[in-house]
Amino acid sequence: MSYPIEINPDFTGYAHPEALVSTKWVEDNIGQKGLVIVECDEDILLYSTGHIPTAVKIDWHTELNHPDNRDYIDGEAFAALLSSKGINRDDTIVLYGDKSNWWATYAMWVFKLFGHADIRIMNGGRAKWVEEGRELTKEVLHREPTNYPVVERDDSTIRAFKDDVIEHFGKPMIDVRSLPEYTGEKLHMPDYPNEGASRGGHIPSARSVPWGKAVREDQTFRTIEELNQTYRVEAGIADANDVIAYCRIGERSSHTWFVLTYLLGIPKVRNYDGSWTEWGSSVKVPIVKGEEPGAVPVSF
Amino acid sequence: MSTTAGARDIIEAFQEVPTNSRLELLLEYSAALPALPQRYEEHPELLERVEECQSPVYLFVELSSANIVNIFLTAPDEAPTTKGFASLLQSSLDNEPAEIVLNFDESFVDNLGITDLVSPLRIRGLHGMLMRIKRQVKEKMN
Repeated sequence: MSYPIEINPDFTGYAHPEALVSTKWVEDNIGQKGLVIVECDEDILLYSTGHIPTAVKIDWHTELNHPDNRDYIDGEAFAALLSSKGINRDDTIVLYGDKSNWWATYAMWVFKLFGHADIRIMNGGRAKWVEEGRELTKEVLHREPTNYPVVERDDSTIRAFKDDVIEHFGKPMIDVRSLPEYTGEKLHMPDYPNEGASRGGHIPSARSVPWGKAVREDQTFRTIEELNQTYRVEAGIADANDVIAYCRIGERSSHTWFVLTYLLGIPKVRNYDGSWTEWGSSVKVPIVKGEEPGAVPVSF
Repeated sequence: MSTTAGARDIIEAFQEVPTNSRLELLLEYSAALPALPQRYEEHPELLERVEECQSPVYLFVELSSANIVNIFLTAPDEAPTTKGFASLLQSSLDNEPAEIVLNFDESFVDNLGITDLVSPLRIRGLHGMLMRIKRQVKEKMN
């Protein structure tokens, strides 16, 4: 890691505090060589209404997704994207965004599929920056294009596919959707458009921990004690070293992937991006409805 | 199916600019959404939540004795896309006769030419707003 890390008592106890920075630290480091600030929001117009000075925008919808397949862009497209944003392979990237950094962590997860080494999340995200009255600008800084190398995407480490989930049965799994989605109630609400899956419920044995439980009112991450209580104690992860998280299409679960990996320090955390829209539409896979996780399926 | 002069103007404006400028146009509409009149600001309970939208969007429809529709929509500044959509519908349907609003052609949404630029969930939110506007008009006609 080339760029100095932030030493901040608020990050005490986190397994990888180097993956987190404060709004103050970002403000103090704007414009430094080797550091690129990147905004990634759910609302793709938000960046244009004003952003942190020097920040570049990543559009999760049009830039990270494969244009046709249900997949992410490949190594060549990723290299072209980061080159066009003026980002070098050895740059330190600080990501921030709206909705408690939901999309910032999603972008981080995709970037990590390509092994970008130094990525940090701005604690509290865009909302905290705005709340604190820090500077926003509409000026889009021109960055010289770079020669980001083509790196093959690694789907084996932090990404889980449906078959991986089936093999994973018996180890902890976290469903990070809202409770009505978990219980299966939501697909049946009158006048509620289909969520994109043909059945409601959750993957058997998955425990419900809605992703927002990891953050406080001001959208910063909860303390390590609170996170341990929520995930290790209440959700039964305990000392497990292999966890899968999922949501509807793998976005909200990126947030939980960040928490489990970088704050709790669980060595192997995979995001199942097929998530409920794949599982809930698949033929013959078991589904559990209601608030109970349900037993690990023996065979199906 | 019906359309309105407001809707035609919007479609024309969106079709006129290159695809990548359509989001800027949407942002302009977002900034132009009128604020709620005081009677709704003081009585938020009168407003209906648009559940299909990921951000808190609320709307209320009034129907005059001459069956003219007035539409009131509010969306947070932190959700400019959603707010832009609300503004497009407000500009298209406000001050139009109830029959026109009820039969408003939903292909309006596709004709904006932004379905590749925003996520399907967003488009669903826009349809949700339109559906609820039509439903409120229908309820008030009875």
